[in-house]
Amino acid sequence: MGNEPATESFEQLAMPHFERLYNFACWLSHDRDEAEDLVQETYVKALRGFSSFQPGTNFRAWIYKILRNTFLTSRTGLQATATVPLDLESGGESLPATNETPESILLQRSDGQLVRRALEQLPVFHREVLLLCEVEEMSYQEISATLDIPIGTVMSRLSRARKALRDGLGPRV
Amino acid sequence: MVCESWKAKLDTYLDGELTEQETRTFDAHVRGCPSCSADALARVQMKRTIQMAGKRFTPSAEFRSRIQQKIASKPERRFYPAWMLVTAAAAVFVAAALTSTYVANRSAGNLAYREHVFSEIADLHVATLASSSPVDVISSDRHTVKPWFQGKIPFAFNLPELQNSEFSLVGGSMAYLDQTPGAHLIYDVRKHHISVFVFEERSLNSPASIGDNALSPKNLPFNTTTWSHGGLRYFVIGDASLADIEHLAKLFKESS
Repeated sequence: MGNEPATESFEQLAMPHFERLYNFACWLSHDRDEAEDLVQETYVKALRGFSSFQPGTNFRAWIYKILRNTFLTSRTGLQATATVPLDLESGGESLPATNETPESILLQRSDGQLVRRALEQLPVFHREVLLLCEVEEMSYQEISATLDIPIGTVMSRLSRARKALRDGLGPRV
Repeated sequence: MVCESWKAKLDTYLDGELTEQETRTFDAHVRGCPSCSADALARVQMKRTIQMAGKRFTPSAEFRSRIQQKIASKPERRFYPAWMLVTAAAAVFVAAALTSTYVANRSAGNLAYREHVFSEIADLHVATLASSSPVDVISSDRHTVKPWFQGKIPFAFNLPELQNSEFSLVGGSMAYLDQTPGAHLIYDVRKHHISVFVFEERSLNSPASIGDNALSPKNLPFNTTTWSHGGLRYFVIGDASLADIEHLAKLFKESS
């Protein structure tokens, strides 16, 4: 009986993330049909590779990573990453100067429409890190495991993503 | 700008990623610094807006069930333990172990079913005797009782001739076991009541596991016997002596 719970526990572990994974997939691909394909492929891959998942480690990070890798190797993913700005990772730990005043941030704050549009405009690496942090409420540690990058890079990327979002909102306000 | 060093860490603080010690220090600073507290408030609002805007797409129920089927319909039997493949002897050993476990489970199941049947029979017996009208057809004449069951139960059976015996027929009623209808007959012998139940064997859940001449299972304060004949399963139960029970059973066996 030792192996039997494996299938059950996969379903038990995986299904609670279903809606969020779909949401994340939509944000990555900008297309509902493609998101469905992504999620489906993710679940199939995850089930197939479930034996390589180490119990006790972070399942959410593991399955998000599969989804993300599936996306990055898809046609849309390859196109999206082909336009990544060169300065995305440069600068290491140094954080961008904060020229915004609280007032300017406040002005941009509450318009969901604008924020959504600005999020859509962000390059995929900025968009995903912001979504994982703010929407999925992942810890830096989880984001690091999901994106396969060091925590320092998570912090700098998040910081740049936030600045990029504010910049994106700026001209419209 | 004031508080540059604080503001550089403001997002990390709001993300809850500072150490406990740092967080406490930060709390104290933000409370006392109008600039940092205003900044923190604005950033928290921005975080909330992103969160709201980000939770945007909901999958259809149809897609959900499609995924569920996909992962449920794939029983993972591919990952056999390597040791099972090592030698044929090991495989045989495993098979034998599994078989004996299966057999043990099965006989445990049989025993459980037998216990269940006897306990049901005992309940029927007691409940009927406790009732103010234990029988629906009151007659000491088997030629009255037997036809009463016609059209009520899906089989026919014979009742024994009781002349020259100490037994007397009280009457009969319907009984149910495993949701199948059967006949319940009550006999008296020296002030003792004995129930005889007759059921169609194929309607019972696990007739083979009941066995014949099964004596009272543990914790059953009655004498019982059971046998199968002509596709019918008979049970005799009562607080009379086992000899009386067996005697009545013998009369039934002779008549059928």
